[in-house]
Amino acid sequence: MDLALTDEQRIIVDMVRRFVREEIWPLEEDLDPDADEVSPETLAKLSEKIKEMGLYGLDTPPEYGGPEIDLMTRSLIAIECSQHRAGLYAPCYYAFGGARQAQLFEATEEQKEKYLYPMLEGKRRTFFALSEPSGGSDPARAIQTRAVRDGDDWVLNGSKLWISGADRADYGLLFARTGGPGRTGVTAFIVETQWEGFNVRRVVHTLRSAKYATEIQLDNLRVPNDNVLGEEGGGFAIANDRLSRQRVPYAAECIGVAIRAHEMALEYSKIRETFGAPLFERQGIQWMLVENEIDLRTARWMVFDAAAKADRGEPFRTESAIAKLVASEASGRVVDRSMQIHGGLGVAKDLPLERWYRELRIRRVGEGPSEVQKHVIARDIIGAGLR
Amino acid sequence: MAVRLDKPWQPLTADSIALVAGHLGVYQLADDTEEIIYIGVADARSLFGLKGELQKALDDPPDGATKFRVEVNMAYRTRHFELLQVYWNDHDALPRANTDVDTRSLGRLRPG
Repeated sequence: MDLALTDEQRIIVDMVRRFVREEIWPLEEDLDPDADEVSPETLAKLSEKIKEMGLYGLDTPPEYGGPEIDLMTRSLIAIECSQHRAGLYAPCYYAFGGARQAQLFEATEEQKEKYLYPMLEGKRRTFFALSEPSGGSDPARAIQTRAVRDGDDWVLNGSKLWISGADRADYGLLFARTGGPGRTGVTAFIVETQWEGFNVRRVVHTLRSAKYATEIQLDNLRVPNDNVLGEEGGGFAIANDRLSRQRVPYAAECIGVAIRAHEMALEYSKIRETFGAPLFERQGIQWMLVENEIDLRTARWMVFDAAAKADRGEPFRTESAIAKLVASEASGRVVDRSMQIHGGLGVAKDLPLERWYRELRIRRVGEGPSEVQKHVIARDIIGAGLR
Repeated sequence: MAVRLDKPWQPLTADSIALVAGHLGVYQLADDTEEIIYIGVADARSLFGLKGELQKALDDPPDGATKFRVEVNMAYRTRHFELLQVYWNDHDALPRANTDVDTRSLGRLRPG
């Protein structure tokens, strides 16, 4: 089993690593420690450089203009992209573009013209509204937002919670119950945010400022039947589509941040002295650094295993769940130890560690909490029997 | 936490500012009629947090500011966005002294 990077992967990793260090790190010296965006002009310049690298439009299929890269390469890029202060939730300040609401690739041609292509071109912002106050991990049961047919339209009432970017989006995907309980009663709608009845009520303030969450209220929102995405009752399948796949780079992003934190801890342990000796000579510190190293290597292997299986065309749902579970939790531990090694400086906003600590905590909940990942893994391994 | 900041106004004076600590958070400035003229943020780049920002406002009051109120909030960035967006929803414009805000970064809120 050859786990070495290919020459092409090596080149891509080097390119992205240099981009982050030469273009992104200097920018962050002038930004607020919790910033998650740069000016449109700066973003355009950064994106232009990414386009020159041939990497613009990550997660966009090649037939729609994205780069021809496999999931392993995508994960390697994710590890590199996230190695800056805002990197976990705003990798390279979105300069790589991306598919965002990838479910729109399943749209009709009319829907693609109106909603997919402008999104891919970066001209429109989108949102994804699945979670509700009643729940998010189990949307098949939790969705209570109701859509009732009225002539050529559907009328939607209900509320959505934890919806990133809805206040700034032009349109997005919103899931409502059109039928009975369970999976087959949910339909996906493409909803435009300026329509009467679509109200973003508040920002939900959490541990992170990047990609902040909002609460949406739908008051007799009329949605044309032409804006149903897929089939009536097919919403759950649409929501689930690509979940396993996108978990892999999501996990990789956690590792990127943790790698940077660990590097900082290593450097600091060599220069910081206490009681006449540098920190790295203390066994307690050495063990923390060793545990960091083991956590990082373990998490990396889990991510690479999931990516490799996906690239071979094999089922990888279990591997994707393991990658997400291991990477999010291990990365949190790495950043925590790295903060500890830095002492007081570790919890100051002067360094990015405290931001990573807060944001990584959310990673144990988002994209399926750790407990749900374990549920997925248990179901798969118990069903599979011994091998 | 209410979406709109609804704390009582305090006079923009040295004595009042002396009682404000150097926390991170958001603040509003108003004129004598209590019309909000500026929504500001004491973010992590501020040397003295809310106290420092209000001192700057006292030294150079924007557009007739005579009153202030603050909210200590570690989620200062999103709270600042929220207050600006709510104000925009209520008034169809930003406060008159908020010429420092790039409106391209603002979304829409309709808190009701």
